[in-house]
Amino acid sequence: MEIMVCVKRVPDSAENEIVVKGDGSDIKRDDLVYSVNEWDNYAVEEAIQIVDRVGGSVTVVTIGNEDSEEVVRREMAMGAHKGLMLVDPAFEGCDGRGMAAILKAAVQQGKYDLVLTGAQADDGAGQVGAMLAALLDWPYASLVNLIEVKDGVLSIGREIEGGNQEINEISMPCVLSIQTGINEPRYVGIRGIRKVASVEIPVLNAGALGLDAAGLGPAGARVKRLDYFVPPAGVGAEMLQGSTDEIAAQLIDLLKAKGGLK
Amino acid sequence: MAAQVFAFILHKDGKADDSALELVAAAKKIFPDTPPIAIVTGAGAALDAVCQEMAAAYPQVWKFANEVLAYPNAEIIRPLLLKVLPRGGVLLLPQNTFGMDLGPGLSVKMDAAYVPDAVAIEGLDGATLKVVRQEFNGQVSTHLACDISKGAVISVRAGCFPAVEARSAGGLVVDKSADAGGLSARRRFVEVLQAEVGDVDITKEDVLVSVGRGIGDKENVPIADELAKAMGAVVSCSRPVVDAKWLEKSRQVGTSGKTVKPKVYLALGISGSFQHMGGLKGNPFIVAVNKNPKAPIFQVANVGVVADVLEFVPELTEKIKEAK
Repeated sequence: MEIMVCVKRVPDSAENEIVVKGDGSDIKRDDLVYSVNEWDNYAVEEAIQIVDRVGGSVTVVTIGNEDSEEVVRREMAMGAHKGLMLVDPAFEGCDGRGMAAILKAAVQQGKYDLVLTGAQADDGAGQVGAMLAALLDWPYASLVNLIEVKDGVLSIGREIEGGNQEINEISMPCVLSIQTGINEPRYVGIRGIRKVASVEIPVLNAGALGLDAAGLGPAGARVKRLDYFVPPAGVGAEMLQGSTDEIAAQLIDLLKAKGGLK
Repeated sequence: MAAQVFAFILHKDGKADDSALELVAAAKKIFPDTPPIAIVTGAGAALDAVCQEMAAAYPQVWKFANEVLAYPNAEIIRPLLLKVLPRGGVLLLPQNTFGMDLGPGLSVKMDAAYVPDAVAIEGLDGATLKVVRQEFNGQVSTHLACDISKGAVISVRAGCFPAVEARSAGGLVVDKSADAGGLSARRRFVEVLQAEVGDVDITKEDVLVSVGRGIGDKENVPIADELAKAMGAVVSCSRPVVDAKWLEKSRQVGTSGKTVKPKVYLALGISGSFQHMGGLKGNPFIVAVNKNPKAPIFQVANVGVVADVLEFVPELTEKIKEAK
């Protein structure tokens, strides 16, 4: 099975305190720790496991700039066979649909049976995989937490409300967005990264993808981000102050009063 | 601009989802003078019951009855909506596992704009709709300008638009089932598997000590166990802890886990995503311990402590033991 996995390099919001720039034009990115989007990492692991079972190859693709290479290489170190980078100044400022159009062009240059994306990334939109499927006119399923390869179809589980799982059969080729927890992504060590350090990763721009740059970027975006801001804080929590001892003592009094100590 | 606005109604067991009345409120924020039309798909008596329920809140309800619509499969509903929605129409959806499945692809097929997970709608200026969303797991917000001249699909976060009370005046139910024939999809719904039941039922506990990503490692989970033991509480957790296999899925609080109603909720190293908070009901007393002072949990907690869970919790446990 030929599988493409779409990945994105993002600020790791679990490790970073995200701060908005004074003019609201962006977040402060200089000191942020970047990594592969967590959901995408599960998607790459799942693709590798499928190919281990049924054969084929995994191609990791990203839209970004030269900084994105580290993310592609990291996923190749996990076991993805090929990398592909889609880089062009014209890609900046695309909305979700623009991103999906770029990925569609990359998908159509290969012969893929399955495209995986993470269920969402740093902006929480969860849209690009679904839009890619619509542009390709392939079937789609979101929030996938189980994939079994059957004869010509995939049996998949979707995570739905309440922790329940919705089982579906979906024909190929198709696009699936992967939910965290579907597997346990393997650890990547320095040695693994060194092994793939010299593997060549093709870089394609708009021209190479057969895309008209004029229709991309902000010009083609139906949805534009105007600013970043932090909403005025509500009353919020009463923050306990003092030494650890003092804070613990205050907390114990509060827990007692509220029935939190039995 | 006089575009038509529609709301997709999710329902189960003959009752509309809570989102159904929230979408009325969201629609009013876009077109204050154009009431939305409810779209209800399904089969049998349950569908009719939901249509009647919705006719009390929406002046017009479009009913689509067909056996293939008995379970809401986005891959079947998308081509149906594409057929029946007028050009330039605006469709509101709940932001949940169904909305995420249906919405983005529908917007592409409609050649309309897509706005995911709106938390506020600031209004329409010409054909530009201004919407508020959140990014980075709720740490920052953004304003979006959305060109809806060719229509839009907008998904709306639960709880952000106060539900409009159902009116007594009955709306009109229009049976459009004739349009629901001949639908097929390349994705077939098979069944729903119910979540596993674990060793403890966190939904029945009064005091929960809940751990999140901040606990750092499976080896650190006993720190929370010790505190829970000292307090007479039970340990629950947020999603990343289950994804990492540090605790069982049956311990997870959130929209994709259990809905709990404790009296006291101690959130340790939990950032407080809306999906997590969506599983916490009954207005508990919330104590949050997190090393990130900007963590969204501090906006919703009653009491906050900025500290590393691994350092603070063992000290708290000792103090509680001493106090006994």
